[in-house]
Amino acid sequence: MKKILAVDDSASMRQMVGFTLKTAGFDVTEACNGDEALKVAQQGQYDLVISDVNMPVMDGITLIRNLRDLPAYKFTPLLMLTTESGGDKKQEGRAAGATGWIVKPFNPDQLLATVRKVLG
Amino acid sequence: MDIDLSQFSQVFFEESIEGLAAMEAELLNLDVDNPDDEAINTIFRSAHSIKGGSGTFGFTAVANFTHLLETLLDEIRDGRRKMLPDHVDILLHSVDVLRGMLDALMAETEYSDPKLQELEQRLNEALGADSQTSSEATTDAEPVADTSANQIWRIRFIAGEHIMRCGNDPMLMFNELRDIGSLNVTLLTKEMPALDGYDPEACYLSWELELETDQPQEKIKEAFEWVEDECEISYEQVTTEPAEQEQAEAKTSAVVQTVTSKPQGTAKPKNTDGGSIRVSTEKIDMLINMVGELVITQAMLGQIGQQEEISQESVLMLQQGLEQLASHTRDLQESVMQIRMIPISFAFNRFPRLVRDTSQQLGKKVELIMKGEETELDKTVMEKIVDPMVHLVRNSLDHGLESPEDRVAKGKTETGSITLNAYHQGGNIVIEIIDDGAGLNTEKILNKAVEKGLVSPDEDLSDDAIHQLIFKPGFSTADAVSDLSGRGVGMDVVKRNIHELNGTIDLRSRKDEGSRFTIRLPLTLAILDGQLVRIGDHVYVVPLVSIYESLQVSQDRINRLSDEHELIRLRDEYVPVVKVFKEFGHHAEAQNIKDGLVMVVDNSNEKVGLLVDELLAQQQVVIKNLEDNYTRIPGVSGATILGNGTVALIIDVAGLVNLAGIGHSNEHAA
Repeated sequence: MKKILAVDDSASMRQMVGFTLKTAGFDVTEACNGDEALKVAQQGQYDLVISDVNMPVMDGITLIRNLRDLPAYKFTPLLMLTTESGGDKKQEGRAAGATGWIVKPFNPDQLLATVRKVLG
Repeated sequence: MDIDLSQFSQVFFEESIEGLAAMEAELLNLDVDNPDDEAINTIFRSAHSIKGGSGTFGFTAVANFTHLLETLLDEIRDGRRKMLPDHVDILLHSVDVLRGMLDALMAETEYSDPKLQELEQRLNEALGADSQTSSEATTDAEPVADTSANQIWRIRFIAGEHIMRCGNDPMLMFNELRDIGSLNVTLLTKEMPALDGYDPEACYLSWELELETDQPQEKIKEAFEWVEDECEISYEQVTTEPAEQEQAEAKTSAVVQTVTSKPQGTAKPKNTDGGSIRVSTEKIDMLINMVGELVITQAMLGQIGQQEEISQESVLMLQQGLEQLASHTRDLQESVMQIRMIPISFAFNRFPRLVRDTSQQLGKKVELIMKGEETELDKTVMEKIVDPMVHLVRNSLDHGLESPEDRVAKGKTETGSITLNAYHQGGNIVIEIIDDGAGLNTEKILNKAVEKGLVSPDEDLSDDAIHQLIFKPGFSTADAVSDLSGRGVGMDVVKRNIHELNGTIDLRSRKDEGSRFTIRLPLTLAILDGQLVRIGDHVYVVPLVSIYESLQVSQDRINRLSDEHELIRLRDEYVPVVKVFKEFGHHAEAQNIKDGLVMVVDNSNEKVGLLVDELLAQQQVVIKNLEDNYTRIPGVSGATILGNGTVALIIDVAGLVNLAGIGHSNEHAA
């Protein structure tokens, strides 16, 4: 079973992403900011990390940069959840090592399609 | 996949309301001329989260409105726009509007406040002409596949060297293309370097793809969306059929519209009264720990129970075990109570805004000081104490604090202060509302009380006794001309509300020094400090807070008005007495007042006597709701189970007085 780490400071979004992916048969762990996610990520190897960008404590872009620096996450797909207005954020995220992004608002089907795309 | 997004709505509402509170608090603290980056970030993040969530869960109106807020905040955050006082004002009003919108969504009603349009307009003006109110939900809609004829695209894809290091894999992109048409892949390897210059983590490949699809070019580009900046990609249309992209763009059967969750209408009615509660994991861990201890004790007791012979030693162990059990049960009870406890900051948080708005309106300078915000109390108690607190703070602002000129004239600082303070004391929470204003106007209150017939003109009253008169029913607030207080809700209502929570309110006021209202509340509504009394064969519980005194009354101090109405003379007062056994229709030893005990209790600031046979112990009792378990009985507020397993009814003094038909309204009718 593929392991996914879902990071969002918003509980409703986290639950929605978590529920959707679990229902689709993934093993999902949730974290509510970049700092927590970074710790969790180092305790086990995840096949995919999906992270919100705007979060307190550690934002999503810093998280991606930090993850990419870890040997275990060098080639792991890392997706950002951005809004359509966050054009700069996409570039910033790419520069930090993000694989791609999912644009909010999205629905469960769009989320799954993207996840399946990166997990093959 | 069929996922009902409405299951996440409640959490979304809760976090949005919290986000709005955070936003409001930061806005109120903000130094407009020199805003703190972190504060702006927090405000932005709240708006941003609400927008993201509302869009995802299908609350389009909220999403559209928060989009405007987010845009403004984003510009301020990036330094593209300077923060103005007007922005703070707009944002604060937006918080109100969003609260209204969320409330309407929770209650599943229509939101129609003209303030929304007004604010949208103000936001658009603040943003300048370039921004529009237009909803992104529609602009964001993906063009849906057009059923135009197949076309052949020749795509040349030269991968960027570092593409793999971002977790991108060209094979996956090709797979995506295979989903929309038939694909022919040719690998070109001529860029491969010699082995000594070869970086195994880099990608040196390029491809030539031939795709036959009925999808527009936009759809093809999507496959490479994430890497288009670092890869070279060219598209060439091989066939000569007319381009169909424009046609596709015209299609707007928005994906977003059809898939974003169930709209509000279909969901089942939800408890909008915050039916859920968030509990910190720490508290839950504590509970689990406690239950663990209980299980161990139970196992230990079980072992003793299995012994065939009871020795001296096992009796000792049994006693120990029972002691442990008692201690764990007590701890467990406390932990369970803790679950319902939330910090009073939830109630305090609304005051900075109230004080800001009100003081502006009144032209007064006020500093709000809040202490003990982390003090915890029962969620239900807190919900019910907010309104009385609002009333008291409004009163202090309106009547207590003087205008800056008056203050200066009195030699005080120009800025007055209102302090909200909370702390625990015994099993109670104490909430104080303190102002350093003019204090209560003793003379004015006395005149008014005389005018209303609450006291006689020749009565000699201390200042404190006069101050207490404001809690009397019928003493309406001040001149009643003010827009703020005096909305027909008097201090008697405040007092009654607090009393309903088994609490008390005290007032101390000194001329030109200020006033201090002290509210004392039980930490929870589930437990009551009670006095047990016996009447005939029945045991009743009277809330301890409402008892003044208990006494035996001799015949000469009893005045009989009629069969139903008897008064006792208590010092200078006449106190009506309720024969409880009569009202509840059972036997009692003391049929006449002189044979029993009269317990003098408070009924909305009036004294009432209850005739009982005997006083028993004072103890904390756990309140059980009668309405849920049986039916409502007038004069009884609930029941409890005593240590010996019998049920005792808890007396509702006001209800009982009504039942007996001797309410103070009768007394003052004349």
